[in-house]
Amino acid sequence: MFPKRTLDNLGEKKKDMPEGLWHKCPSCGDVIHELELNANLRVCPQCDHYNILPSGERIQLLTDENTFDELDTDLRTVNPLGFNDYTDKVAKYVKKTGLQDPVVTGRCTIGGHPTALGVMDFRFLGASMGSVAGEKLTRAIECATQEKRAAIIFSASGGARMHEGILSLMQMAKTCGALARHSEAGLPYISVLTHPTTGGVTASFATVGDVILAEPKCMIGFAGPRVVKETTHQDLPPGFQTAEFMLEHGLVDRIVTRTDMRREIIRLLGFMMPALAA
Amino acid sequence: MKEQVLEFEKPLADLAIQLQTLRDHSANQKIDCSDEISRIEAKLDETKKSIYENLTAWQRIQIARHTQRPYMLDYVEHAFDDFFELHGDRHIGDDHAMPAGFARIGGHRCVLIGHQKGRELKENIKRNFGSAHPEGYRKALRLMKLAERYGIPVITLIDTPGAYPGIGAEERNIAEAIAFNLKEMMSLKTPTISVVLGEGGSGGALGIGVSDRVYMMENAYYSVISPEGCAAILWKHREHAPEAAAALKITAPDVEGLGIIDGVVPEPQGGAHHDHAVAADSLKKVIVEAIEDLGRLSHETLLEERYQKFRKLGEFEVAS
Repeated sequence: MFPKRTLDNLGEKKKDMPEGLWHKCPSCGDVIHELELNANLRVCPQCDHYNILPSGERIQLLTDENTFDELDTDLRTVNPLGFNDYTDKVAKYVKKTGLQDPVVTGRCTIGGHPTALGVMDFRFLGASMGSVAGEKLTRAIECATQEKRAAIIFSASGGARMHEGILSLMQMAKTCGALARHSEAGLPYISVLTHPTTGGVTASFATVGDVILAEPKCMIGFAGPRVVKETTHQDLPPGFQTAEFMLEHGLVDRIVTRTDMRREIIRLLGFMMPALAA
Repeated sequence: MKEQVLEFEKPLADLAIQLQTLRDHSANQKIDCSDEISRIEAKLDETKKSIYENLTAWQRIQIARHTQRPYMLDYVEHAFDDFFELHGDRHIGDDHAMPAGFARIGGHRCVLIGHQKGRELKENIKRNFGSAHPEGYRKALRLMKLAERYGIPVITLIDTPGAYPGIGAEERNIAEAIAFNLKEMMSLKTPTISVVLGEGGSGGALGIGVSDRVYMMENAYYSVISPEGCAAILWKHREHAPEAAAALKITAPDVEGLGIIDGVVPEPQGGAHHDHAVAADSLKKVIVEAIEDLGRLSHETLLEERYQKFRKLGEFEVAS
């Protein structure tokens, strides 16, 4: 079970505000009480801006009550390349978020459907994927295959983690390999893209879902918009790399709001895991 | 085309000029300078040794990007027979940054896929500087599926700064094209062999690199991000690329040390650009051996070993 989160460990910057109480919307500037924002699933009631949802809240929102059984809580990051400051950096984010890694995985049921769920939390070092993230996701997918569960991964990531070099790149192959076996076993994989999903995560498990959902307006891309602009010396088309743009360009199956996410996933699993449908 | 002399090779170029001048002088004036000539020759050999046996990561990257370095099609000429190029992904178009087709090597039929750069500007524009679009990755997969059907091995020769970060590439879902290849390559029922020839740029390299055997040429690099990109993010300036190159552990010996690859393919002294034919012989030997080794395995063993090869990659601790 994940611990109940309190308001003061949500970990977002609150400039010039009484500590922990008020949230200024980065999109419309509206000031709102944290409790009200949480009650609205951290979506701005004024402008529908999606703030980052910590993985604990995400899991609570999605899973059947008291069914989430977290996997592999004991995996810890090491510094395989001896990269300067890396160990301290990770320690800082462990302290800040209360997590050990951006990825949290576990068994659960969703609408009664047995599922292995992976959730990435962007607050932890831009949810970059290193060895621990790759290993946790791979184990969760393998668990899903073995126990005939659906695999569901909520992605958000700056990409593969530089500090672990080529080992991070190889996590892309490793996770996709596990998903290949999951597919061959005839089991469903739903990928849900949240803000922002980029780089090596977009170029691996996030875009090979049987079904790909996305949260409204989230950024989805391979290269960052700045890199695209600098490479091509062209103006970017309106809405470039948003969920809506990717829906239009055939990558995303459907955009689903936070409020509807659990209901829509249960509907989908009803089609994808018919034997277990109610 | 003008010979590209790398900064750290300048002492060698200077000595070579000295040597040539002396030889010319000796011949023209009919003076015996053989003592002086052999002294400079010895010095040249010694300097070569001290430079080439102590290459830094950044120096190797410069060799990997050398404009006279043999590219995929140079290896096709020297190491392969009868390359029958096929074109197009059957949906959008053909990607000239990623030639692919049937080929023969050492008497074996295969499907050959690779990245191709250009040497001159015109050729480089055609080849998009070796950065493939989604069409390249999808053509690659189309041909891999043919190889699977005909039971012939797939050889991929990797040499890209990265997949192309352009508007069209994003619109046609370059990330998905790569991701789908990672997944499909893992279950391809035929032997697969990859060699990083020069630049192994991140997802663009891995997108044709999930193989039973993965090798790197001695002066190739393989990295999650370009040293310049890493320097821009972590050092706040691209000028720190040499430091980033060292920190990222991206040279062939470093990547082999991390257990990612199956071997390093030796290059002629100073790098493959000094002798394309020798480099190609070296590559051919490794590929032919791998084809013959893998050909002895059942599909079941092949796929299980491929899965485990990538499955075991990653370093972490288990807390007590």
